[in-house]
Formats: sequence, structure tokens, C-alpha cells
Amino acid sequence: MTPPPILELRDVRSAYGRIEALKGISLAVNPGEIVTIIGANGAGKSTTLMTICGVVPPTAGEVRYDGEVISGRNPDLLPPRGLCQVPEGRRIFPRLTVEENLNMGAFFRKDQDQIARDMEHAFTLFPVLKERRRQRGGTLSGGEQQMLAIARALMSKPRLLLLDEPSLGLAPLIVKRIFEIVKQINQQDGVTILLVEQNANLALQLATRGYVMETGQVVLEDSAANLLKNPEIRKAYLGE
Amino acid sequence: MTLEYKKIFQKWALGLAWFYLLLWPLMGITPDGLSFAPSLKVWATVAAGTAFFLFIWILKQQGRLDFFSRPAISLGRSVGKAVGALPNKLLAVAAIAALCLPPLFAGRYVLDVSINVMIYVCLGLGLNIVVGLCGLLDLGYIAFYGVGAYTYALLSINYAVPFWLCLPVAAGMAAIAGCIIGYPTLRMRGDYLAIVTLGFGEIVRLILNNWMELTNGPNGILGINAPGVWWPNWADGFTLEHIWLKKLPYLYYVILGLALFTILAVHRLNYSRIGRAWEAIREDETAAELMGVNTFRLKLLAYAMGAVFGGLAGAFFAARMRFVSPNSFLFIESAMVLSMVVLGGMASIPGIILGTLALIALPEFFRDFEQYRMLAFGGAMTIMMLFRPKGLWPAKRLGQRSEESQ
Amino acid sequence: MDFFLQQCINGLTLGGFYALIALGYTMVFGVIQLINFAHGEFFAAGGYMGVILLSFCASMGFLETHPLLCLGGSMLLAMGYCAMLAMAVEKIAYMPLRRASRLSMLLSALGMSIFLQNGLMLTQGVYSKSYPTVFTNKVLHLGNVSISYMQIMTLALTAGLLVGLNALVFRTRIGTAMRATAQDKVMSALVGINANRVISMTFAIGAGLAAAAGIMVGMYYGTVRYDMGFVPGIKAFAAAVLGGIGNITGAMLGGLIIGLVEIFAAAYISGEYKDVFAFIILIAMLYFRPTGIMGENVDDTRV
Repeated sequence: MTPPPILELRDVRSAYGRIEALKGISLAVNPGEIVTIIGANGAGKSTTLMTICGVVPPTAGEVRYDGEVISGRNPDLLPPRGLCQVPEGRRIFPRLTVEENLNMGAFFRKDQDQIARDMEHAFTLFPVLKERRRQRGGTLSGGEQQMLAIARALMSKPRLLLLDEPSLGLAPLIVKRIFEIVKQINQQDGVTILLVEQNANLALQLATRGYVMETGQVVLEDSAANLLKNPEIRKAYLGE
Repeated sequence: MTLEYKKIFQKWALGLAWFYLLLWPLMGITPDGLSFAPSLKVWATVAAGTAFFLFIWILKQQGRLDFFSRPAISLGRSVGKAVGALPNKLLAVAAIAALCLPPLFAGRYVLDVSINVMIYVCLGLGLNIVVGLCGLLDLGYIAFYGVGAYTYALLSINYAVPFWLCLPVAAGMAAIAGCIIGYPTLRMRGDYLAIVTLGFGEIVRLILNNWMELTNGPNGILGINAPGVWWPNWADGFTLEHIWLKKLPYLYYVILGLALFTILAVHRLNYSRIGRAWEAIREDETAAELMGVNTFRLKLLAYAMGAVFGGLAGAFFAARMRFVSPNSFLFIESAMVLSMVVLGGMASIPGIILGTLALIALPEFFRDFEQYRMLAFGGAMTIMMLFRPKGLWPAKRLGQRSEESQ
Repeated sequence: MDFFLQQCINGLTLGGFYALIALGYTMVFGVIQLINFAHGEFFAAGGYMGVILLSFCASMGFLETHPLLCLGGSMLLAMGYCAMLAMAVEKIAYMPLRRASRLSMLLSALGMSIFLQNGLMLTQGVYSKSYPTVFTNKVLHLGNVSISYMQIMTLALTAGLLVGLNALVFRTRIGTAMRATAQDKVMSALVGINANRVISMTFAIGAGLAAAAGIMVGMYYGTVRYDMGFVPGIKAFAAAVLGGIGNITGAMLGGLIIGLVEIFAAAYISGEYKDVFAFIILIAMLYFRPTGIMGENVDDTRV
């Protein structure tokens, strides 16, 4: 008897103007999992995450989080319920300091003591942020910004974290470090993770299950191990 | 669906409550004590009005007005088709012939209003070059009108230069003023330009107001000559007699000529190479520049061309009123011309004519409500932007501006 | 020298008013990139609320007995009133257009400005209204420089409001949320900030400050008129641009500079053209240094 999925998309469609970006996506994420969505540029991966969060309103279908329909709600209502996204391109608030950025992650929370403790926790995960806590977000390097973005999301105590391309534009060593931390967040803090990644190899090694997207549709769904072995996937996404 | 309506009604009720809270202090608190009756009266009128429109809107949403609107739309289309089938030249000739008639039978009042309408048509079309075609928001346009008016006024008073000679001079002066204003400002984008042109408009007015030796300051200039013509006189043989066109019917024909010239010129500009370049700048300035359009020079040209028509209208205005003072060139006039352009439809010539008619001629029918005119202007401008941002008669070629699409 | 000092004080007083108005422009521009043309009208409405409430107090006889209480109460009420007015304007005229073109929003703002100005005229009359004399013009003499109590109070209040606003924006969570919304609306929604509420609040704060300026201007000069918001509005906008639009400290500085320049230009160059100088500064600033004196955060790519 498996527990009900924490996040479920049923035939979700969405569009930018007249151009349909998602043509009926269905997927499910179970509590405690790391699920990855891989696919080429423009396949609709980021749009999927933005649709889940309500930034792009779905035109059809429904998004269920924790058994409740959340599609059509305002995006700012989701973080208090434990659904948080680290969007593509990190989107640090460039003119806020690192500390202020982290505080904004905990914007809706009222428990000041716990927030202070969570910030310390974030600083132990990413010691470099502690050194730069008074520095403006925009002055950090790409890797530091990615760390800050993840740390900011953690400040809201998420149960489900949506991660969009954390490896984008970063050096391999830093990518490795960030993936380790993602794993740590999943295993130690028990945060369920939905990871969108172009670097399919890394993502599939980290994840338990994976979805493959092409032109706004899910074309394949399997365990990560199987996907890694799948010859077509290896050809299309792993460069063989 | 019912839930939606409930939400709408809630919003409506909240809005009205809020409105009363804002209205009451203004009307109800007086040194004589607190009163509620006058503010409640206004409030009730507004509540009834909004309720009516809300009702219509809901009926429309439910499709209950289809029996009326569908045939109306199809009728409109077929009329449009029938008109479109006629050759354009025939239409133009018919329109001009019709426009030549009024002075033969119309009274003073009608002529006066139509002259006003045509002055504003010139202004609207001139501003349209800047705002509609080139996409630059100009809030100081009336300054060019003022420059044109004062050019003719001063030349006429001091040197008795005839009107027809002054027309090109006034246009030239306005164009020069346009370049002077445009040169430093046109590097700026959108919003800044708006406020800077506003500032320039005010500077021009302040100069007119304060340069006593030249402009006689706030008292204005009196005794400007009306346009004059040499008219053949057959009474005793053939002589050319100089007459002043002081009477309204004559002035009507003068401004009709100017307005037609403006319409023709703007139409030609619109479909010329330059017009396309302007539209390219409006749609996407960066792309236009990359395609080899010299954006700065063309924007300056748009400014100067717009100013030319403002200057022409200004010269006529001075000749018609035979008096100018800085009070005719207030910011509110700029706003009014702008609202004509916006209301009618940016970059659309028939739209602007329609907008001018709506804003100049319509209020004449509601003389009793004169004091509400500007209030209605402001409200209409916002409401147009909310519900029909492209105007009453939108131009065919109108896309989004580059800054917005991001 | 005394003349110079006197002008300095006058300039600072005037500059303080401009700074208070300029803050509203700059904050709104920072958050939704709109030049709020109607902002000058909030200032005028504040001035009118002041005259309405103080006249009422005077007729009830409270003004004689509790002048400070009346003044403070009127100011708070007027600020609240303008905040509500601004929120209403934002909800009606700007919120539905947030995804529309910049030009539409600007025109909508212009329409609102005309509407409010005429609304004031229709309800309050075309002629100027005079403030009841609260503090009979007591003047403090320091050598040859004279400062009226009115001026001292105005300067102190302005300074207090400016410091308070700075603290609000830079020291509190709500202020940080405001800055976050200004920087990235989508991301601020993703961390749970309700952008609509923040925008409403920004309008309310800006209008409240403008209203305070309106009352003080009304008392300082003695009268208010329905169109009093127009010229100070443009000058305050010039101040906001001078300080780098979107920049709060810059707007305060810009306001003070514009006020000082205006007073000195009137004193030493020409009184008739004093209004022109603010525009000339604005134009020169935009031409040579469009990012303002503080030069921080304006560029073409900023959306």
C-alpha cells in the first residue's frame, strides 16, 4: 500500500498566448522521492514547474498537491503550504543582501526563533553564504547564487521542493557539490524533490524515477535506473 | 458560474462602499457641521449607473444580448463592405462636397463648433504622427500650437505680414521648436520622454507668460489680422479687391482647406517609406535600428512633422480669434488632444476624426453639464484604456511596442 | 550671508515637500515601473483634507483649545484618506493594466489625474481655500535670519517622515518584501509574497507622504487650490529622476536639491522663471546622466 502522491498532475495543459506549451501532462510525485524531468530545450519542463506553482495558469486539467486541487490559485499561497520552487536562472533578489534574501524565503513565517535556527542550518549547509551574509545577492558568483536560491527555498521549510536546472551555467565541480546537497536535503530533511534538469546523466543518477518530456508532452516514464539503461535515452540525452 | 457572479457583486459592493468613504469627507464635512444628503445623492447616482452597466455586462456575458448584437455586427460588416466596394476617390469627393455645404445654410453656432473641430483635427493628426505612428508619448504638444499662434500674431502685429505667408513661417518655427525640444529628449525612452515633453510644454508657456517685451505676457496680443485674399471684383470692370476673411463662413473654408491638407499629408506620410520606418520604431525600436533605420533622425523628423501641423493650426487659431494669450496653451489642452488620439484610435486617421468629434462636438449637446466635461474626459480616458485600448476605430496596422512584449 | 542662510532654510523647507512627494513617484515606479501621474492629485487631496478637517475643527472651537491635537489628528486622517484614495485608484486604473502596454498604463494614469483634479474642483470649488490660522505667525530670530515656528515644525515633521520611511523600507520585513517585489515579481510570489498587497501598500505609503506634504504646503502658504498638485507633481518627479528613479534615498536628496535650486534661482536669477529651473535640471539630468545622481538601477533592460 503506497501512500498517496504528494503532487499529482492530471492532463494539465497551459499556453503562452495562443501557443500551447503543455499538451496534457500527467505525472505524480510520491513523498520522499527524488523525481526528475529530463528533456531538451523548449520541451516544456520549466513551464511545467511554473504551471504547478500557478505562475502560468493552466488552461485545462488539474494540479493536486497533498490531495487538494491547487490549480488556479495564486502562486503566493503555495509556499506556506510547503510547496516551494527554485526557478530557472536562480532569480536571486539582486539588490537584497544574502541575509535579506534568506529572510524573504521565510516571509510568511512568524516563528522568529525557528527562522534564526533555520538560517544557521542553511549556513552550515552552505558555509560560503555565511561569509557573504551582508553582501548583495547580485554580487555573488553563479554557484553561490544557486546555493543562495536553494537555501532561500529551504527557509520556507518545504515538504516538496521544485528545482529547475540547478546546474545551469555552473562549473562541473560546483554542480557536483550542489547535487550532493540536494541529496542531503532529500535524505536528512526528508524533503521530496522534483528536479528538472538538462544534464540527464547527473539527474538520473540522483533520482529514483524520471519522466522524459518532448514538445510539451511526457513521452516516457520509468525508474531512473531503467532510464539510464534505455538505449534510446542514452542516445538522445546522454550523448552516445 | 453563480459563484463568479457572487464575487463580482461583492467587488461591486466593496467598491461602492469604498467610493462613499472617499466621497463623504469631500462633500460632507463642512465648517457648518456634518451633512450626508448631498454626498448620498451623488453616491446613489453613481451606484445606479454602475449597477446598470454591470447588468448590461452580465447580460452580455450570458449571451442574452446576442439577438441584438449579432445582427448589428453583421449589418456593420455589410455596410463596411458596401462602402469599401466604392472607389475611394468617389468617397473622398462626396465627403469634401458635403463638407463644403454647411456655411451655405448653417448658423453661426454650428460653424463655430465645426471650426473648432477642424482645428483639433489638425492638432490630433499632428500629434498622431508622434504618438500614433512613432510611438513617442508627447505631453507638451500644445507648445507647438502656441509657437505657431505666436509666430503669426507677432508677425502680423509688428510687420503686418499676411496670413498666407505666415503659414509656412509658423510651420517652420514650430518645426524648429520641435527639433530643439526633440534633440535632447529623444534619446530617452517612453516614460521619461512623456514627462520631459510635459516639462518643455510648461517652459514654453512660462516663457510666453513672462517675456513681457515680446509677448505682452498674460495679457496676450490683441488685434491680429484675419486672413486676407485678393478677390476679383466684376462690379466696374475687372479689379482685384483685398478683403479680410473675418466672417465665419470664410474662416470655415480656410480651416477646411488646412484640415484636408493635413489629412492628405498624414495619410501620405503614413503609407510612405518614412511612415513604415516610424511604425517599425514604434513596434520595436531596437529591431528597427538593427535593420538600418536611423531611429534618432526619424524620431526627430516625426517630432518636427508633428510640430508643423501644430504650428499650422496655431497660426489659424491666432487669425481666427484675432487674439492670443498663454492661457490658450495650458497642459490640459495637450491632454485633450492626446485623449482625442487615444479615444479615436492611435495611428488611425478616421479614428482621430471620430475622437475629435466625440470630444468637441458631443459636449456641445450637453452644455448644461459643462462643468463635468473634464471629469468625463479623465474618466473616459481611463475607461478606454481598460476596455478598448486601441480606440474607437483602431488602425489596421498596430502591434505591440517592443518594451511591452517582454 | 544672512540672506544666503535665509534662502537655505526656505530652500530646505520647500525641498522637504518635494522630497515627500517624490518618494511616492519613486516607490511606485520602483515596484510597477509606472509614472503615476495622479500622484500630484494625492498631494492636492491631502491639502484639501487638511483644510476641510481643520476648518471643521475651527468651527467647532477645538482648534483654539487643542491646536496640536487637531493638527495631528487632521494630518493622520488626511494621510489615511489619501492612502485609501491611492489604493482605490490603483485597483481601478492600474491593476487591470498590469500586463498591458506601458503607454496604456501611462494614459490611464493621466486620465485618473484629470479625473481626480476635476473631482476636487467639483466638490470643493474653483477658488482657492484658505487654511485657518493655526499658529499665528510667530517667528524666531537668529541674528538676521528668521525662522517661523511653522517652518521649524514643517522641517521637523518632514525629517521625521523621511527617517521613518527609510526605516520602514530598509529595516523591516515588510519593507524588504517591498524591495523584493520591485526586483522580481514572479520570484517574490514564489516565496509567498502577495504582490498585489505589496503594490497597494506602496501606493498607500506614497500617497500618505504626499498628503502630509499637502497639508504642510497648505499651512505654509495658507491656501490650497484644486490644481495645486500639477506643478509640484512635475517638480517632485524631476526630483525623483534626479535621485535615480526607484531609489528612495535618491528621491529625498533630489527633492532637497530641487527645492534649494528653485529658491536660489528665484532669489539670485529670476523669480518669474523659477519654475523653469526644475525642468531644466530634469532635462539636463536625463540627458547627461539618466541613472540619477545616485546612479544605481536604471537601465533599458530593467522590466
